[in-house]
Amino acid sequence: MAEIFEKLVYYFQNVPTVRYAFIVGIFIALSASLLGVTLVLKRFSFIGDGLSHVAFGAMAVAAVVGVTDNMLIVMPVTVISAVLLLATGKNAKIRGDASVAMISVGALAIGYLLMNKFPTTNNVSGDVCSTLFGSTSILSLTPADVWLTVSISIAVVIAFILFYNKIFAVTFDENFARATGTKAGLYNLIVAVIIAVIIVLAMNVVGSLLISALIIFPALSAMRVFKSFKSVTICSACLSVFCASTGIIISIIDGTPVGSTIVAVDIAAFFVFWIIGMVKGGARK
Amino acid sequence: MAQLTCENLTLGYEGKEIISGLSFSVDKGDYLCIVGENGSGKSTLMKTILGLHSPMKGKIITGDGLLQTEIGYLPQQTVVQKDFPASVREIVVSGFQGKCGIRPFYTKAEKRAALENMKRMSVDDLQKRCYRELSGGQQQRVLLARALCATRKMLLLDEPVAGLDPKVTSEMYSLISKLNKEGITIVMISHDIEAALRYSTHILHIGGDVFFGTKEEFKRGLFISDRSLFNGGEGNG
Ligand SMILES: Nc1ncnc2c1ncn2[C@@H]1O[C@H](COP(=O)(O)OP(=O)(O)O)[C@@H](O)[C@H]1O
Ligand SMILES: [Mg+2]
Repeated sequence: MAEIFEKLVYYFQNVPTVRYAFIVGIFIALSASLLGVTLVLKRFSFIGDGLSHVAFGAMAVAAVVGVTDNMLIVMPVTVISAVLLLATGKNAKIRGDASVAMISVGALAIGYLLMNKFPTTNNVSGDVCSTLFGSTSILSLTPADVWLTVSISIAVVIAFILFYNKIFAVTFDENFARATGTKAGLYNLIVAVIIAVIIVLAMNVVGSLLISALIIFPALSAMRVFKSFKSVTICSACLSVFCASTGIIISIIDGTPVGSTIVAVDIAAFFVFWIIGMVKGGARK
Repeated sequence: MAQLTCENLTLGYEGKEIISGLSFSVDKGDYLCIVGENGSGKSTLMKTILGLHSPMKGKIITGDGLLQTEIGYLPQQTVVQKDFPASVREIVVSGFQGKCGIRPFYTKAEKRAALENMKRMSVDDLQKRCYRELSGGQQQRVLLARALCATRKMLLLDEPVAGLDPKVTSEMYSLISKLNKEGITIVMISHDIEAALRYSTHILHIGGDVFFGTKEEFKRGLFISDRSLFNGGEGNG
């Protein structure tokens, strides 16, 4: 145990990229967890999945075009897709779902095609894998990456706090909110844009296939045990940060892929909360 | 001027008419019951009044100091709410959201008023409880308290007693009656014609024969025609 601890301390003190990865991981986990409840309860999860695939496609395009900063392409494309998906998804439920499926699978296919047709490195399957499942690239972050990610995460958290009450009202009962003068459409839009931003951010850590897990698992776990919106939100934020740090530490020690390790820890936490919820529920009855 | 006037409304979805040529008005302090078979368009009418759905023809005019966004609403329950983690207090105070505009947080006064409304509906001792763990009657009272935060003038209630047992149902009716006596205009959808005749001042029957008029006129129509319960005479609508 002491050995492992020393190894960790050594890494943190002497390898700046490990420090960066840790900071970035924590901030992304924090911002990703905030909208989990809304995503689950608003049946927005399908948008989350769709968007992560769109982000993957955009990433591939960015790589092929060869822009220096992927974000310049990926961020606007994902945000615009979020707005479009929301618009189609709302007007006709079934057609909305189908269009999400079309867009997301289409984006996956095109992305994969592009990456094979115009390989930027000679390890195509490695590139694809790291875009889908997150990569060790989290260990090659530059200070500039760290600043950008941390500032966007903080912006997301501030936006969430400012819109917290509105998001609650619109998530709990959109019709009531709309009828009594809340601009539900606007706040839905804001939620979708925030989700898009989070997905693009989180893609660096866990990859596009695992993003939904990062967003949804902490919320699902918290909902097992806590009963108010505020306590669920606070709990899922803390849990998400805890799982991300634990996951990153394990992956440093064990050399496992960062993204899937974090998600695995999230899943383990979910089972713990599930059991706690059962015990608590049983005790009450 | 009436608080709410519907003029020659035609309602429907995607070009298909459900109700046509409907006119009626609601004055301050009225207690209007909307009755009619399932699927006759009662909920649709209510959503149209609230501005959630647009009419195919005709218009809805609010007056006598009432704005459209000042109408409180008790919806038919939706599935999403069933597993929503929310405390009673969070839900009730969210009734003020419409008045917040871009202000991010509720004021102290709004939180106090929310507590007042919880007391009025006798759910103040439940304020930290989880909404989804309450009984049906308690849930309805919580939603009423929220609606009271959104309005002091008019409440629209969509089948507020559906699924409640007889005792809770009659408690619910007397609560609503009490609010009406305090000066809040009530528009309620109900299946229960007996209760409608007991508590309301006006009746609107849609689907099949359309009737709008006072309770007394409705009763007279019933006695004269003597065919079925719903066969009211042509009202002044
Ligand atoms: N969103 C919708 N799209 C299309 N048709 C609808 C929709 N909602 C309700 N309807 C139809 O409109 C009619 C009236 O529905 P509703 O207003 O809910 O009736 P009620 O509340 O009187 O039972 C029904 O035939 C129903 O199938
Ligand atoms: Mg109905």
